[in-house]
Amino acid sequence: MSQASGPLLAVDGVSVRFGALVALNRVSLEIRRGEVLAIIGPNGAGKTTLLNVVSGFYHPYEGRILYEGKDRTWLRPYDVAALGIARTFQNVALFKGMTVLDNVMTGRVLKMGGSFLQDVLYWGPAKRQEIEHRAFVERIIDFLEIQAIRKTPAGRLPYGLQKRVELARALAAEPTLLLLDEPMAGMNVEEKEDMCRFVLDVNAEFGTTIALIEHDMSVVMDISDRVVALDYGRKIADGPPAAVRKDQAVIDAYLGVAHDSTGGGLDGPLRNLPQGVAAAKPPLERR
Amino acid sequence: MDVLATGRGEVRETLDRARDTFPKLVRANAERFPGKIAIREKDYGIWQSFTWREYYEQARLIALGLASLGFARGDKTAIIGDNRPELYWAVMATQALGGVPVPLYPDAAEKELQYIVDHAEVRFAVVEDQEQVDKLLRIKAHCPRLEHVVYEDPRGLRSYREPYLTSLAQLQELGRKFERENPTHFDEEVARGGADDLAIICYTSGTTGTPKGTMLSHRNLIVTAGNAAAVERLEADEDILSYLPMAWVGDHIFSYAQSILTGFTVNCPESAATVLQDLKEIGPTYFFAPPQIWERILTNVMVRIEDCAWPKRRMVRFFLDVAQAMERRHLGGQPVPLWQRLLYPLGRLLVYGPLRDNLGLRRVRRAYTAGEAIGPEIFVFFRALGINVKQLYGMTEASVFITIQKDRAVRVDTVGTPIPGVELRISEQGEVLYRSPGVFLGYYKNPEATAQTMENGWVHSGDAGFIDQEGHLKIIDRARDVGRLADGTLFAPKYLENKLKFSPYIREAVCIGQDRPWVAALINIDLAAVGNWAERRGIAYTSYTDLSQKPEVYELIHQEVARVNRSLRDDAVLRGAQIRRFLILHKELDPDDEEITRTRKVRRRFIAEKYASLIEALYSDRDRIQVEAQVTYEDGRTGTVRADVRIRPVEAAAPGGP
Repeated sequence: MSQASGPLLAVDGVSVRFGALVALNRVSLEIRRGEVLAIIGPNGAGKTTLLNVVSGFYHPYEGRILYEGKDRTWLRPYDVAALGIARTFQNVALFKGMTVLDNVMTGRVLKMGGSFLQDVLYWGPAKRQEIEHRAFVERIIDFLEIQAIRKTPAGRLPYGLQKRVELARALAAEPTLLLLDEPMAGMNVEEKEDMCRFVLDVNAEFGTTIALIEHDMSVVMDISDRVVALDYGRKIADGPPAAVRKDQAVIDAYLGVAHDSTGGGLDGPLRNLPQGVAAAKPPLERR
Repeated sequence: MDVLATGRGEVRETLDRARDTFPKLVRANAERFPGKIAIREKDYGIWQSFTWREYYEQARLIALGLASLGFARGDKTAIIGDNRPELYWAVMATQALGGVPVPLYPDAAEKELQYIVDHAEVRFAVVEDQEQVDKLLRIKAHCPRLEHVVYEDPRGLRSYREPYLTSLAQLQELGRKFERENPTHFDEEVARGGADDLAIICYTSGTTGTPKGTMLSHRNLIVTAGNAAAVERLEADEDILSYLPMAWVGDHIFSYAQSILTGFTVNCPESAATVLQDLKEIGPTYFFAPPQIWERILTNVMVRIEDCAWPKRRMVRFFLDVAQAMERRHLGGQPVPLWQRLLYPLGRLLVYGPLRDNLGLRRVRRAYTAGEAIGPEIFVFFRALGINVKQLYGMTEASVFITIQKDRAVRVDTVGTPIPGVELRISEQGEVLYRSPGVFLGYYKNPEATAQTMENGWVHSGDAGFIDQEGHLKIIDRARDVGRLADGTLFAPKYLENKLKFSPYIREAVCIGQDRPWVAALINIDLAAVGNWAERRGIAYTSYTDLSQKPEVYELIHQEVARVNRSLRDDAVLRGAQIRRFLILHKELDPDDEEITRTRKVRRRFIAEKYASLIEALYSDRDRIQVEAQVTYEDGRTGTVRADVRIRPVEAAAPGGP
C-alpha cells in the first residue's frame, strides 16, 4: 500500500436514478490504495451502476466522487481514463475484427502524442513512440500469457480468452485503479483460477488498486482484501470477507427475503455461502 | 554370437584434454566465434539473441553464484522448466563445478517430482517460474537434501519469504561478488573436470515401473554426438528449434551437446502454445520430432485442407497423391512413371513448396523421427513434400544415437545403419543388443537394473528386430509386445496402431490380441480434428466424452478401422490380425494418469489392467458398457468420469476384395 494518506477513491452519498427507479441510494464507500475490493450483491443491487458512476458513464443525482481527494463527480469517461482509471465490461467489448495485439494497443491511446502528419509519415518521434508502446504492450501480453493469440482476431477467440484480452487492454493504460465488472462470469473452473491468479498478480506486480464485481463467493473469499455488499441500491455491509459472509443482512439479501427470487437460474456461484444460503438462487442477471 | 553390423567411419575416442567437457567446449566456442549466435529465445514478441561469449559469461556467473551458496563437486542440480536459455546455462554451470544436472519434466506431478528429487539426492534446483517453485516448496519437507531453489522468472514470487529461494538475477549478483573474492575459482573448477566425469542423469519415464536415472559421462555424449554430427555433416550454421522437454535425452543431445560441439544456434520458443508459429518463424535446418508431433502436423494440414473451398481441396489432394505415389516408388526402389516426374515440379510450385514454407520446414536439410515407430503413411507424406525426414533409432542408454538412415538410403520399414563406433547384434530371442562409446555408465543407485540391462558392455534394447541383407536394422516391435493370437497368427500391436493413427481423426490407439481369438482396439479420437469434422456437419457436443460416444463419430472411426483392415487383407502374414471389434475411449490417454509416458509411449500393461472391464466387454457380445474412470487433474487432484461406452464390430476384409 502507498504511503499517501486517504483513500484513492471515495464515493460520498451517491444516488443514481433512472426515472422512478433508484439504482443507487446514498451509497458511500472507499477504495483504498493497493487493495482488492470486491463488490457483491444480488442482481439489480446496483453494482454495475456503481462502477458506471465511478468511471463517468453515469452522473449521480446527488453526492460526490472524490479521486485522490479531489472532486471528480462530473467528469466524463475519457477524463476519468486520463486520471488513471481503467475498466473492463460485463459483456466483452473488444474490436472483434482487430487482432489481439491491436486491441491491446488501443489501451495505449491516451499515452500517445504526436501529430497526425508524423503518424502518417511514420517518422521520428512517431516511430520511436510506436516502438515504446509496442514494447510495453508486449510486456502485458507476456504477463497475461496470451502470446499464442497475439495475431488472432479477437472475435475468433473463446469467451474466456476475450475476457483476458479485455483485461490486457485495461492494463495497457497503466491504470492506478482498475475496475473489473464480473471478470469471471461465464468461465469454467480452470479459466476462473487463471483469472484469479492474474488479478492477484496484477495487484502484486504493478501495485494496481482493483475493484471488482463478482458473484462466485469462493473467488471473492480468495482474492479480495475487503468486500462491500449492495442490495436495492444501498450498502448493506462493508468489511473483511470473512465478516461480510457472516453478515445477517447479506445472508438475507441473498436469500431474497422480500426479493423476487423466483427467476431461478444461477446454480453454482453462491454455493460457498454459509449453510442455508447455498439453497438460495439469485435471479438471472439481466444483461 | 557374431557382431552383425558395425558402423563405419572415423571414431574419435580420445579427447583433447582442453576440450573434454562441455564447459571447456563452451569456453572454446566463446574464443573461437565470440560473436556468433549461440541461442535465441522469443521473448516479448522478439527473438532475443545471445552469442557464444554471452552464453559462456552467463553460465559462468550462474556457476559462481552456485559456488557462493556452497556448491560442492558431485552435487546434483534439478533443472525444471520449458526450454529456456537460462536453464541450458544452468546445466553448463553445474557441470563446470563438477556437479551433475538432473533435468525434470516441467509437467511432472508432485509425487513424480518428489521421487526423483529424493532419489537423485538433489541439493540445488534451478527452475523456470512460480509453478515449479510451488511444487518444490510443497515437496521440500520430504526431500531433506534439497537446500536451494533458484528461479528464473520472478513473477508472482515477490511475496515469497522462504530464505532458500533466490532469483537467478540475485544468484548471478552473488556470483559477481564471489568472483571478486575468488577470481580463479571458476577456471580451477573447470580444469578439474574430465571426460569421464558424470555429465548428466536423465530419468527415463519408462513404459514399466519407477523412473530410472541413466548416467551419462562427458565422453559418452561428446563422442556419440560428435560421431553423429560428422556422419550427418552438421555445420555451424544450422538452426534448430528446441521445443522438446529438456528432461528427455534427445533434447540434451540436440540442443546442448551437438549445439556446443558444432557451434550451431538453438532457438527457444516463446511458450508451449506458440511452437508451431515459432517453427514457421525460425525455419530450422535441422529438425527433430517424435512420431506424434509429425502426426499432429499432418492432422493440422488435413483439417485445414478440409476447410478449403472444393477446387483448392481437389487440387491439393491430387498433387499430394501424385507425390506420395512417387515417393513410395522411390523408397521401394521402383522406377517412377514419366507423367509423375513431369507433374512433380508443377506440384512443387502449387502445393508442396507453399505447404513446406507454411509449416516452417522449407529450410530443413535433415529431419529425424525417433522415439517410436512412425506409421509408414505419415513418413511417406512428409518425404513426398520434399522434406528429408529420416528414421533414427536411439535410446537414452546409448546417448541416443544407435542407427541413422543415411541420405539416399532411406527406407520406410528400417531404421538405418549404425553410426560409427556402434556395434549391433541380435540375441537368440531376437532382441537387438548394441555396444558403443555412448553406452551409459549405469542407472543411478540401481545396480540390479544396470546388471539386467548391460552384459559385458552390450546393452539389451528391449526391442525385437533383425538386420536385413543391406545391413539395415529393422525393428519389429517392443520385444515383449509382439505376440500371437489364440490360433497362432502373428500379432504386432504397434504396427496396427500406427496404421490407425495415420487417420487424422485417431489420436491414439491400443490394440489387444495376445492369446485372444481376434484383435480388438481401444481408440482415442483427436479432439481438434473430430471436433472440426462434427462442427462442419452440425453435430453438437459438449465435451470430449460426449463427442467420443456420438453414433456419427463411431461411423467415422468405423470407416477408418475398415480402411486399416483393407490394407492388411493382402498381407499373407498379418491378414489374420485384422481388427474385429473396437471402442472409443471416453477420455484421452494422459501421462498424468500414467496411461502413456511423458514422451507419449503407450503403457500397455497399465492400460490392460486399468481398462480390464472394457477389454472383457470387447470380447463378449455386449454392445455397450458402463465405465467409471479416475482422472488426475494437472494440480494432482483426482476425479471420476462416468460414461456409457459403445462397442462396435467391424467386418474383416477378404483377400483380393474391393
